[in-house]
Amino acid sequence: MDFPERRFRITRADLVRYAGASGDFNPIHWSDRFAAQVGLPGVIAHGLLTMALVGRAVTEWAGHPASMVDYHVRFTRPIVVPDTDQGAELVVTAVLRNMTENGDAVLDLTATCDGEKVLAQARATVRLA
Amino acid sequence: MPLDPSFVGHTYPPTEPYRVGHEKIREFVEAIGADDPAYLDQQAARKLGFPDVVAPPTFAIVLTNSGVRMLVEDPDLGLDFSRVVHGDQRFQHNRPIHAGDVLTCRSTIEQITSRAGNDFVTARTEVTDEDGEVVVTGWSKLVVRGE
Repeated sequence: MDFPERRFRITRADLVRYAGASGDFNPIHWSDRFAAQVGLPGVIAHGLLTMALVGRAVTEWAGHPASMVDYHVRFTRPIVVPDTDQGAELVVTAVLRNMTENGDAVLDLTATCDGEKVLAQARATVRLA
Repeated sequence: MPLDPSFVGHTYPPTEPYRVGHEKIREFVEAIGADDPAYLDQQAARKLGFPDVVAPPTFAIVLTNSGVRMLVEDPDLGLDFSRVVHGDQRFQHNRPIHAGDVLTCRSTIEQITSRAGNDFVTARTEVTDEDGEVVVTGWSKLVVRGE
């Protein structure tokens, strides 16, 4: 199985757009002042945005928009998104863990930012057409 | 104060039915930078055998969050939302969500544990369609950080 590494850039504008689309308006995802008050190093990305981008890497690899039948992640480290044009960069890789009895591929996923893992126990079950 | 483990197994009332629209899916798809035609174009979705445009897998959070909110806002459970962080998330799809679906969520507290001064609450949320079939099951583990 060949899973090409994927890179996704996350800027403050992406966080604003994701907040509106998902309905998650928690100020830790847009206010530096609020993020500092609750002890965060800065504004952080929505965990579900990270999960969505990793999910994109999987569905685009599988070549089918609804191929991911089971998907689990643990959020272990927040992605701090500075207010710069570059923002933060998410790097996604995957390896095949096993094939299920009915032919689904189970992938172990790795997501990092600045070389640090941001997810643990990240696993997707993909129905191959 | 630690959460009361007797809430395990408690099921909350269903949420108001939510009608999934083309434009909501499009907005979500654009927010995550996806571009599969089956998310955006009805004809492309039909070619794959779906009745209408489908949603990306994590779109389900738009639904399941409304179910999880029932327990977050339950005064008897007494979650301090200012100390809640999202620990884990899982989605299991029986089929993709598509435009035109009318969906209802029902959340159940599946697990409450405490470790090192933190509480962990797992909510299982079943998203069902108008026929009562489960479309997606979501599990959200919330961590309530100790003081």
